[in-house]
Amino acid sequence: MKKSSWKPWALLSPSLTAVFFLMVIPVCFVVVYSFWLRAPTGSDIPAFQFGNYAKFFADFFYPSLLIRTIRVALETVALCLVMGYIPAYFFYRTESKLKPLLMILIMLPFWISFIIRTLSWINILGDSGLINHVLIKLGIIASPLPMLYNEAAVLMGLLQYLLPFMILNIYVSLDGIDKSLTEAATSLGCTEWQAFKEVTLPLSLPGVSAGCLLVFVLTCGTYLPPMILGGPGNDMIANLIFKRIIGTLDWPFGSAISTILIGLLGVIVYTYNRYLGINQIFKSLK
Amino acid sequence: MKFFSGWSLIRTYTLLVYIWMFTPIVAVVLLSFNPQQFGSFPMEGFSLKWYIRLAHNATILGAFKNSLVLGSLTAILVTAIGIPAALAFVRYDFPGKETLNTLLLAPIMIPEVVLGVALLLFIRWLQQPKSFALLLIGHVVLTLPYVLLVVQARLVGIKREYEEAALSLGANPFQTFREITLPLLAPAVFAGMLFAFTISFDDVTATLFWATARNQTVPVKIFGMLRNSISPEINALGAVMIVLTVSLPLVAGYVLRKFARGAGK
Repeated sequence: MKKSSWKPWALLSPSLTAVFFLMVIPVCFVVVYSFWLRAPTGSDIPAFQFGNYAKFFADFFYPSLLIRTIRVALETVALCLVMGYIPAYFFYRTESKLKPLLMILIMLPFWISFIIRTLSWINILGDSGLINHVLIKLGIIASPLPMLYNEAAVLMGLLQYLLPFMILNIYVSLDGIDKSLTEAATSLGCTEWQAFKEVTLPLSLPGVSAGCLLVFVLTCGTYLPPMILGGPGNDMIANLIFKRIIGTLDWPFGSAISTILIGLLGVIVYTYNRYLGINQIFKSLK
Repeated sequence: MKFFSGWSLIRTYTLLVYIWMFTPIVAVVLLSFNPQQFGSFPMEGFSLKWYIRLAHNATILGAFKNSLVLGSLTAILVTAIGIPAALAFVRYDFPGKETLNTLLLAPIMIPEVVLGVALLLFIRWLQQPKSFALLLIGHVVLTLPYVLLVVQARLVGIKREYEEAALSLGANPFQTFREITLPLLAPAVFAGMLFAFTISFDDVTATLFWATARNQTVPVKIFGMLRNSISPEINALGAVMIVLTVSLPLVAGYVLRKFARGAGK
């Protein structure tokens, strides 16, 4: 590691400039804009007032979208954990020659377009989709079950998008555990299950919590799955922002909702970082 | 040794997760060959009808061109600014390093919707119209953190000793860069560009905010087509996208390995 006063700064300056002008300033701008007044015609009026926030919390409609977003995010986290821990553990323990191939397969969805992965569930859950087709063929049901355009369908889309993140986070953590620790535990009389419960599971918790945070944050900002797989009652906060900005061109109100969303995520990420440290998350993305 | 009694259960469970994950993707590819009018089961034969129709659809071809140009330019720009930054983090010690690294990775944690709104609002305040340039700079911000992560991971493996050896053997700094650093850096640059291209090529949410009717990308186009209903044409387009974005890293990996073997002689 070299110490140099100016070289690293010269190397960093293009990236820092880009992030500063294209992310930091625009995001600050959203916060500033959330206090402005909407002009019925022409440009919005600079002001410092809390009307947009008051409007958000005025009745139950807007907060209920926020609550739904958090609830769906928690459901996604729980399902990702249930579906992701065992495959991650499988990767950790397997001695199969197929392991590299299986690892590539789990990363493959990262390379497949998000919109294609989302809409692909229509082919499975739709009225003439795979499940209904098979059930009707088998004579189990007479008419197709409505499985699309509800929260379960949204969860399917979300899970398919986020499960690889969870699996990789847990795997990175498991992979760092010295296998001789479990061997020591079993040779000292632990059963396999006890060794897992007392040694492996606690040591894998950093990856588990990093995966949970990442899945939660990414779900809270999600737009496509509720849009494509959800019904009118499944909108999440990102859908609301989109509707207010692109639909009704209400920039100040849209900015206020965006500020509430980043404020919420900011508090969660800050608290997490304070107690657990955020760097674990980036490990799995390499 | 597998002394875990539930090992076969774990294996079955993992297999089921794989099946769950890939069935929808396989269905897209399969249904794209279905000649039936509606993109749904049952399969009624095998036909390339929808691909042929796709190849004659001028707006989709236009969107493809937009996506390719945008993805390529994003890849070039973002590696041009990302590689030096990654070098700074891997090679140097300086005050505030951790904070800056977190700042540059921050766009991953900020919802795309918010990034989309923010940049659009900023551009509006500057009284600039939506344009291709907006899409390009937006995609650079979106892809920069991923490129930084991937490239930093590759750079850690390149030892400084190689360069020092070249310098001590009489090469000047430029020769050292050209003969030693650059070839060693090439795989990292390549991986970064590939990653940036794929992310840019696939992005929907933020792009929906930034795109105009004239510079729509393929995913934005698909999003528009979905308004009507899922047609076999969408499945065909999806299959093309899957093959393209999945084969790209595989082919690139193969080429890189050949390249590395050639360089190792």
